[in-house]
Amino acid sequence: MAELETRDMLLNVGPAHPAMHGIIRIVTRLDGEVMVDVDVEIGYLHRGFEKMSETVDYNGVIPYTDRLNYVSPLINNMGYCMAVEKLLGISVPERCHYIRVILSEISRITDHLTCVGASAMELGAFTVFLYMIKAREFLWELVEMATGARLTVSYCRVGGVKGDLPAGFAEACAGALKETRKVLEESDALLTRNRIFVDRMSGTGRISSEDAISYGITGPFLRACGVDYDVRKDCPYSVYDRLAFDVPVGTQGDNFDRYLVRMEEMQQSIRIVEQALRDIPDGPIQTNPETGRPIPASEMVDEAKMGNIVAIAGRQAVADPTLDGSAKSQHANISAPEKRVFLPPKEDAYGNIEGLMQHFKLVMHGHGIRPPRGEVYFPVEGANGELGFYVLSDGSGRPYRVRVRPPCFAIMSALPKLLVGDMIADLTPTFGSVNMIGGELDR
Amino acid sequence: MTTQALIETLKSRFPEEVKGSHSYRGDATVVVASGRLLELCRTLKEDAAFQMNLLMDLTAVDFSAFGQVRPAGFFVPSGVAAHPQVEIPDAEPWPGPPAARFAVVYHFYSIALKHRLRLLVPVEGDDPEVDSLSPLWGGADWLEREVWDMFGIRFRGHPNLKRILMYEEFVGYPLRKDYPVNRRQPLIGPVN
Repeated sequence: MAELETRDMLLNVGPAHPAMHGIIRIVTRLDGEVMVDVDVEIGYLHRGFEKMSETVDYNGVIPYTDRLNYVSPLINNMGYCMAVEKLLGISVPERCHYIRVILSEISRITDHLTCVGASAMELGAFTVFLYMIKAREFLWELVEMATGARLTVSYCRVGGVKGDLPAGFAEACAGALKETRKVLEESDALLTRNRIFVDRMSGTGRISSEDAISYGITGPFLRACGVDYDVRKDCPYSVYDRLAFDVPVGTQGDNFDRYLVRMEEMQQSIRIVEQALRDIPDGPIQTNPETGRPIPASEMVDEAKMGNIVAIAGRQAVADPTLDGSAKSQHANISAPEKRVFLPPKEDAYGNIEGLMQHFKLVMHGHGIRPPRGEVYFPVEGANGELGFYVLSDGSGRPYRVRVRPPCFAIMSALPKLLVGDMIADLTPTFGSVNMIGGELDR
Repeated sequence: MTTQALIETLKSRFPEEVKGSHSYRGDATVVVASGRLLELCRTLKEDAAFQMNLLMDLTAVDFSAFGQVRPAGFFVPSGVAAHPQVEIPDAEPWPGPPAARFAVVYHFYSIALKHRLRLLVPVEGDDPEVDSLSPLWGGADWLEREVWDMFGIRFRGHPNLKRILMYEEFVGYPLRKDYPVNRRQPLIGPVN
């Protein structure tokens, strides 16, 4: 019989395919149903983060970092601020460290919930997606309670955070974590021994630990290959060395192991949050009820202009609700004791000349934070892996260069390696387990 | 290995290549010439003393505007003469930028020995070129494409050096300091 002619087929997945977690184009060459060649095209969401960072002052970069990994913006905030703090050679108060750790672990859970939920939905398990998004909603309410925003949080500042945790945060957190645990249990029951889910996930998208290291993959993706590298354990920063948690590792390096690693990491993050809430140093010292009575900020300014300092001394200004948690009594907990870096409390900015000058020197154009000339690299454990900030200062008020090492860039560069040899239907779970975040990938 | 020991070991292996070193804020940094870069990196990766198996990051810096007054971009100065704040002093000062215009910056990490190293490779000229690390690390492929895209630094021996974040028709290298931040270029689309 004559040889039948066979030809490879080119299939264009994306740029706006429903199962793509962002805008990305994957060009696959198919032999039947098997992918024989894969080309990945990125850059559709490039917004020039690094160029823009060079035009604003050091605190001005923080809103841009929110838009890197927009599923867990607090970790980006923390990474950038800790890099600049390293450059300045300052450290934040202990309570501030704990606040940052609590919020970044909550963000890690929301990130993993999104990733696992979306991958499950793409394989047909819509219920799990709804459950997980419900849990994420509880956690985002916590984030909103502390930061005032759900997505564009801009919560950290160089040398501290925007405000202290609000009253009742610990109770609300305990409640939300209880709900999250319940959702994780339900999802585990629905997925982990589900025949369809396991068949689609196990054995697909496999990568060896040598290849993963060669591509610079970190985070849950690398840990699923059996390498227990976690920045929180291996290069501990903030107060992670005081908190007990385990680093889950996989054995196969396939999609199913990545799912299991992410599920376990959420449990560990809950553990971390609970310990941090237990160990966090006490909150603000209550102000004197006699003198500390709150007055509207506008009245305080008027009194100060007339030189009536006695009337406003020691009193608390009722400022804009966006400044919640940054009253003078709370200020020592959330900011580094370095006047050249952190804004004074509003009571000082309105009430005395030193505070006003400090405020002026930090916010006016041409002033601002001026770190010494130098370069630093600071890594934190992002939800997708090592998130590093390389900040270079030329001694002026604006960063000379800000480079972010995006964890999913490395994973995406290994995508052809992950996909070639698998069936076209395996593209969806493999790509889902990458947890690509367009904002972080393209910056 | 401590940062100092790390720097010293690399210096003893490549005495002519290492041009300078510092450990500002505890980050071990070595400035090396680009001549035997591939060989040096192979030593870093495979030698038992270093075992730098992770190429964590690869980027570049354009030093051409270092220390100069830079244009404000979108934010216009108020016109009020501002006396700059005193710099926050530092116990161990940074030695300063390399003499060349560009520096390619590599960050390595060793999973086994848990140490980090930064490599600065100064390159000069408008069409600079360094060795590609893609024979050693798979991840270098995309990272070098990004540096080519953003800075126009060529990588000798790279298998597929083309733009990655910008589109092919884009003119110029956006992260160079002489590329204005507010320059607009037409978006290239299919011709109707």
